[in-house]
Amino acid sequence: MFKDFWAKHENLYYALTNKKVIFGLTIVVLVFLLAAFGPMLTPYEYGDYAGAGYLPPSADHFFGTTIDGRDVFTRTVYGLRSTLLVGAIAGTIATLVGSIIGFVAGYYGGTIFDELLMMLTNIFVVIPQLALLIVIAAFLEVRGVVIMAVIVSLTAWPWTARAVRSQTLSLKNEEYVSLSRISALSVGRILREDIASNMFSYVFMVFIQQFNSTMLATVQLEFLGLGPTKGISLGLVMQNAVNWNGIQLGMWWWAVIPGLILAILITALYFVNTGLDAAFNPRLREM
Amino acid sequence: MGKYLRKKIIIYVITFILAVTINFFIPRMMPGDPIQSLLSRFSGMEGGREILEQQLTLLFNLDQPLWQQYANFWKSVFTLDFGISIIQFPTPVFDIIKRAIIYDISVLLPAIILSWIVGNKLGAFSGTDKTVDDYSMPLFYFLASSPYFWMAGIVAYFFGVVLGWFPISGAYSSTASPGLNWNFISNFLHHWFLPFFTMFLVQLGGWAIGMRNMIMYEKSSNYSKYMETLGSSKKLIRKYGFRNGVLPQVTGLALRLGRIVGGAITVQVVFNYPGLGRMLLDAVQNQDYFLMQGIFLTIVTMVLVANFIVDIVYMFIDPRVRLSFTEEV
Repeated sequence: MFKDFWAKHENLYYALTNKKVIFGLTIVVLVFLLAAFGPMLTPYEYGDYAGAGYLPPSADHFFGTTIDGRDVFTRTVYGLRSTLLVGAIAGTIATLVGSIIGFVAGYYGGTIFDELLMMLTNIFVVIPQLALLIVIAAFLEVRGVVIMAVIVSLTAWPWTARAVRSQTLSLKNEEYVSLSRISALSVGRILREDIASNMFSYVFMVFIQQFNSTMLATVQLEFLGLGPTKGISLGLVMQNAVNWNGIQLGMWWWAVIPGLILAILITALYFVNTGLDAAFNPRLREM
Repeated sequence: MGKYLRKKIIIYVITFILAVTINFFIPRMMPGDPIQSLLSRFSGMEGGREILEQQLTLLFNLDQPLWQQYANFWKSVFTLDFGISIIQFPTPVFDIIKRAIIYDISVLLPAIILSWIVGNKLGAFSGTDKTVDDYSMPLFYFLASSPYFWMAGIVAYFFGVVLGWFPISGAYSSTASPGLNWNFISNFLHHWFLPFFTMFLVQLGGWAIGMRNMIMYEKSSNYSKYMETLGSSKKLIRKYGFRNGVLPQVTGLALRLGRIVGGAITVQVVFNYPGLGRMLLDAVQNQDYFLMQGIFLTIVTMVLVANFIVDIVYMFIDPRVRLSFTEEV
């Protein structure tokens, strides 16, 4: 029975036996576990005063305390939750929007419709994202997680649209697509069954990369004080550290550790992606 | 001048129009009553009344129809009349931008160009040498995964606090008076280095990864294999692969400019470096939307001009575009 399963899902087999994927996934799972269960490991809430200020990491305070005595570990794990959530939602929206625009533009490649869609995409590519996001975020007095995700995804989708479009362009001249077309199948069905289903692994990798870039955009906005208006986030922890001269005072645990976790997570996701690339691509698999 | 450039120019013009339009709607979509908040801010200042009147006429003209307001707004864009800043009352916004933009360009331009060159070289090297690759790849990925402001924090902590080699706040010491003398220039460069180095480091990773992947791809192509069977040196194969791989990297430069400028905003905040990004954030926090509008438009224009320059460079180095001027990018 297992043999049947693996024979059917050959790609999955190669993916899960790839060293880079295993290494990357392990770290990704660890970080997610930290976000999920970290808050249970600490007796404090993220806003609580947990003891003396200015303490370096110890058994009582895993990541030390801030200058006014809050527990950095508590703030980091709660913040990680928020940042991951915003990044994941934004990444999903951006991947969906980008893929749909890419599929449609690619399928109608060369027509005016395609030109218009690509023009829209290219406009969003050249506009400086963070400057635009700052301006938008500044005008929303209350920002929840979902609004944050929408704001971030607004500028994240364009490169996905470009990438998916060029893949679609090369797929749409395959014979089976032509066959569907002469069988008078609807465009929606051709896109769904012939094109999208063949690009599933590609779109999945696009999603990972999108997740990476939306997390980076999110944490930058949070750092500028334009993150969710309620609660704590990774960027906000580090903004406090910089505003309270945490760096000048040598409190590396406050200014560095929260970002380190994010940088490690994103690096691990890059590893997963490179591994998947090798697994899904038979020519690279042999190397 | 050919389809290639025409298409690009159309996109840049539309983007510019879009940016101006966003600017136009900013004060009109403000939560609360912008006029009241302006009144209370200007009322205590000397000569505030006249300037306030001017500002309101310039930006709102609420008694006129919307299209008329919009047309007036365009007129003020072309005359570079962005109004008066509230935080640095009564300095015109244009003057503030003129002062701040030097700090952006002096950090960004060298950082972008150097990281692009060094990153491509390192990536090419990593792509052709398996043992180097095993160690350098994780490092490149890590650099590319770092948020700009976080890298700024590490760099500031290590070089500024632990080693104490560089100052970590401001663009020059408060004791130095700006001028073209050696004292000031060395002071400026001393402060300039860490923001520059941060921008350089993070970008380096991205360029190296891109070039490394391009080289791997070129290495598996037939011409490379043929060269290998002929017994060409690794160096020569790398050289040919590099020439092919460098084109997408130039396109990548255009694609990433916006993101790099965004990163620079956060780096300026960490180092308290008085560039446009720092000013933009100040403007947002103090609801100084004349300044905010001016800076937003300046940043967009800067990125558009830079994109245009990259396009022209691309045209000259890609023989296909150079010959036909019709290549779709």
